[in-house]
Amino acid sequence: MSTATPRTIVLVGHGMVGQRFLEALAEHGVAGRDRVVVLCEEPRPAYDRVQLTSYFAGRTPEELSLSDAEFLDKYGIELHLGDPAETIDRERGVVTARSGLTVAYDTLVLATGSYPFVPPVPGKDAAGCFVYRTIEDLLAIEEYAKNATTGAVVGGGLLGLEAAGALKGLGLSTHIVEFAPRLMPVQVDEGGGAALHRTITGMGLTVHTGTGTQEIVTGEDGSVTAMRLSDGSELATDMVVFSAGVRPRDQLARDCGLAVGERGGITVDERCRTADPKVFAIGECALAADGRVYGLVAPGYEMAQVAAAAIADQENGNGFTGADMSTKLKLLGVDVASFGDAHGTAEGSLDVVYADSRSGTYKKLVVGAGGELLGGVLVGDAESYGMLRPLTGSVPPISPEQLVLPAGAGAPVALGPTALPDEAVICSCHNVTKGAIRGAVTEHSCTSVPEVKKCTKAGTGCGSCVKVLGQLVTAELEAGGVEVDKGLCGCFAQTRQELYEIVLALRLTSYRELLDAHGRAEARGGDGCEICKPTIGSIIASLAPTLGADGYVLDGEQAALQDTNDHFLANLQKNGSYSIVPRIPGGEITPEKLIVIGEVARDFGLYTKITGGQRIDMFGARVEQLPLIWAKLVDAGFESGHAYGKSLRTVKSCVGSTWCRYGVQDSVRMAIDLELRYRGLRSPHKLKSAVSGCARECAEAQSKDFGVIATSNGWNLYVGGNGGATPRHADLLAQDLDDDGLIRLIDRFLMFYIRTADRLERTSTWLERIEGGLDHVRDVVVEDSLGICADLEALMTAHVSGYRDEWASTLDDPERLARFVSFVNAPEVPDPTVRFVPERNQIKPELPLLNLTTRPLEGTATR
Amino acid sequence: MTILAVETTTAYVQLYVDGDWLPVCDDPTRITPGRGVAVLLPDGGQAAVFQDRTGRWYAIDNHDPFTGAAVLSRGLMGSSDGSAFVASPLLKQRFDLTTGRCLDDEEVSVRAYAVRVAA
Ligand code: SRM
Ligand SMILES: Cc1cc2nc3c(=O)[nH]c(=O)nc-3n(C[C@H](O)[C@H](O)[C@H](O)COP(=O)(O)OP(=O)(O)OC[C@H]3O[C@@H](n4cnc5c(N)ncnc54)[C@H](O)[C@@H]3O)c2cc1C
Ligand code: SF4
Ligand code: FES
Repeated sequence: MSTATPRTIVLVGHGMVGQRFLEALAEHGVAGRDRVVVLCEEPRPAYDRVQLTSYFAGRTPEELSLSDAEFLDKYGIELHLGDPAETIDRERGVVTARSGLTVAYDTLVLATGSYPFVPPVPGKDAAGCFVYRTIEDLLAIEEYAKNATTGAVVGGGLLGLEAAGALKGLGLSTHIVEFAPRLMPVQVDEGGGAALHRTITGMGLTVHTGTGTQEIVTGEDGSVTAMRLSDGSELATDMVVFSAGVRPRDQLARDCGLAVGERGGITVDERCRTADPKVFAIGECALAADGRVYGLVAPGYEMAQVAAAAIADQENGNGFTGADMSTKLKLLGVDVASFGDAHGTAEGSLDVVYADSRSGTYKKLVVGAGGELLGGVLVGDAESYGMLRPLTGSVPPISPEQLVLPAGAGAPVALGPTALPDEAVICSCHNVTKGAIRGAVTEHSCTSVPEVKKCTKAGTGCGSCVKVLGQLVTAELEAGGVEVDKGLCGCFAQTRQELYEIVLALRLTSYRELLDAHGRAEARGGDGCEICKPTIGSIIASLAPTLGADGYVLDGEQAALQDTNDHFLANLQKNGSYSIVPRIPGGEITPEKLIVIGEVARDFGLYTKITGGQRIDMFGARVEQLPLIWAKLVDAGFESGHAYGKSLRTVKSCVGSTWCRYGVQDSVRMAIDLELRYRGLRSPHKLKSAVSGCARECAEAQSKDFGVIATSNGWNLYVGGNGGATPRHADLLAQDLDDDGLIRLIDRFLMFYIRTADRLERTSTWLERIEGGLDHVRDVVVEDSLGICADLEALMTAHVSGYRDEWASTLDDPERLARFVSFVNAPEVPDPTVRFVPERNQIKPELPLLNLTTRPLEGTATR
Repeated sequence: MTILAVETTTAYVQLYVDGDWLPVCDDPTRITPGRGVAVLLPDGGQAAVFQDRTGRWYAIDNHDPFTGAAVLSRGLMGSSDGSAFVASPLLKQRFDLTTGRCLDDEEVSVRAYAVRVAA
């Protein structure tokens, strides 16, 4: 380090690249030593602009944030929110911000990003016109859309399509107006554009290509009513979102006499330095040494690293001389990707094209004279993107024809990522090579994808590389001899999914037969264990009607398999007493039934509480009281609520269109229908659901395993949500379904989950683990890519028709009732250790002799 | 040991308690193999009695030393390396059914009883 006295480094712009620059400064030990001042125009610190649109899928601004107070504090970074730089005095070395704040700098870094280009058409500033760049833009769009029914997006590029997807998601009938003759003109060629056009039209969006926007027509109140198009026609619309490209924000630089390019962008050298050695420019506002302005985040990150290294006086590394422009469309449910020299501009390059207009698939690879892969376009099926992109620049190990053929159509065994060279860039957002990922496993002892993500940052940008990342991590672990025994437990070497297939294929209804024939050699003939017994019990119960087994989970040998709660059809509490949760479908209950619950609780002296699942829990029943209590409840029309089972818990509802002024569908009816349909369904872990009557989402459907949100056209289905210790927002699986379509899709989804999930794996973790993730699940359950949907539906139909209430069945049978005794030799004596003391006018357990030793960490997904 | 003169066809499950065989269940078929039942002992204590799939019998104290609750009889039974165990239904620690030793914590064990089935 050459400088001894602390310098002042001023960063203008706290966007994605600015934040990355700060992190790089910290890595170099500059932040913390030197004074770092950040002028940030937006009212919030840096956030993930790339994932901006996921706001409409439920991600909150907080979740999108890239910066935290802890980081800033740790390095003493001074961040001024909502205070943009206004002038730069290079002679004196001073920046002045809007508030009047002046800061003298030794080094100035401009990371001001871009502004959305709005074509200069009359009416462009009318109320109802928006751009799509910041969280504030999205909030404004969302607010305005509440009173709109139609929206139009100007620009059919990558961002335009994202914006269009967002408008559609907000329930608007949506138009896309693109001046070029095809969609995504920069990324895809004509053939790809045509395939894309068909797919997007098929999704219900209206596409106008080869059409310019001439004027925004406004009504009497000055707000948008229509757009006049270049063909003379008028398109009625309530709002317009401009997404016609971006321009570098270089005004500050222009004003202080720094050089800018002909088409904008602050001119910098390979170190991202301007002609003034004290001033740097990075990210989208910079015109890089290769003469290009990059509108993607990965090149910006690279510039941030280069500039930070230069400021840390480490100029020996690589400079920034250009970057890859690969892109993949993230939302809208269309697979589009382009990478490398997608248009075949290189001298002597040739194309290999596969097109199938029936399925909307178009794939083109550009191959150089020497057979090396130069780039490509994938529309409709971008599965191979993760593999092909890193292969760019090398001669692929199999012929290009085979690379574009769809699986099953003569394509050979899929090319695995193990075939890639170490230099291949796997994550282009963070520029992480295959070698670095392998290093994370071999040198930094990472043993899982989340660990590798944390260690290398790979996969934390656009997410398109996560699949390949997972394959590489597994391959590397296996190569390192970390023989991950994927067996269920000490008794079975198979996974839960394999056992499911065995049980189904052989129609096995006996755990012992399964253990003796398929268990590990040392476990055969034994008693199994507490892991495999409930797992097999659950598999047999899920498939009972299909296997010809008794649907009653406590029948014969099955009784020995069930977890203790299932065995007593109630939830065991800390003092050995039980809780009772009757089913209250959708949370709807009559006053008469409420009164029955009140009477039962009063008569048996039970502690009563409203649960988090819109129903009522009664605690403190002794085992011999369970049948007596249930006799009263069954009599009044109640059924088991399966609060004890790895099975459907509740389907929460909001009050919906029947009462609520905003409701667009009858969410209560749908919640009740769903709860009654899936009640009693045994699954790898518990299942929760909710139905909301409109986008306000009062039922919190997006935190559920399967959540339903009403739209004006039907229902949107979200899957894989989770509360608990590791909350996860659900992903949108399909939109605007009618009642039948919704139920059919849930049938398939649940049965596919039951078939393929691990033991105690909620849908959220399953969705993240399963190869191909959401896309794969969507292929299977929406597109029927495996041809198993009919089977899945049949399994669910069998479950639904085979359902009987477990408590009613138990009460009907004296033998079954005999189990509910305190002591086998003194059935009439209540367990003396189960005692209660009063609290707040109810009871609570009096804990006997609590000679407690240390407890294991409780809770998370093990019970 | 004195056995009351009942029908000789009746087989009793008996526990060896305080130097005597205590009959606790007159119908062994009522106990599902692989599961347990609770038994009230003369001194007010409790035992948990299990039968494995081969018909072998086991009994240990019913109190779960980790929580204080009398619930071990309601746990899931299993076997590992040929010896039978029960996993507590509350916090899942396993106890060897023959010795009463906790398999997840060397310091902890519960009392084990001898059991037999006899007329
Ligand atoms: C009773 C209730 C709390 C309350 O008083 O409100 C409750 C009580 C229990 N929860 Fe819960 N949970 C209850 C709502 C919830 C909710 C809220 C909801 O469903 O909307 C959540 C978060 C949502 C979710 O599951 O995604 C919730 C997340 C958990 C978790 C964490 C699951 C996870 O995936 O991380 C566990 C632990 C587990 O299952 O492994 C758990 C486990 C438990 C157990 C079963 C723990 C146990 O083994 O003893 C508790 C026993 C219930 C009993 O004895 O009756 N409970 N629990 C709620 C019953 C709802 C119902 O009507 O069925
Ligand atoms: C919807 C959307 C989707 C995208 N998807 C992708 C994608 O999939 N892949 C990809 O690679 N890229 C994508 N991008 C582009 C990516 O977001 C940008 O490349 C990246 O954000 C550039 O970072 P930056 O820091 O240069 O600019 P920005 O993130 O725009 O940050 C610049 C910041 O500087 C502030 N600023 C400007 N002037 C001043 C001033 N005078 N004083 C103080 N502050 C100022 C601005 O307010 C802004 O906060 C997407 C962009 C959008 C909008
Ligand atoms: S989600 Fe919508 S319909 Fe349901 S209660 Fe809330 S605002 Fe009303
Ligand atoms: S390529 Fe975007 S996160 Fe890896």
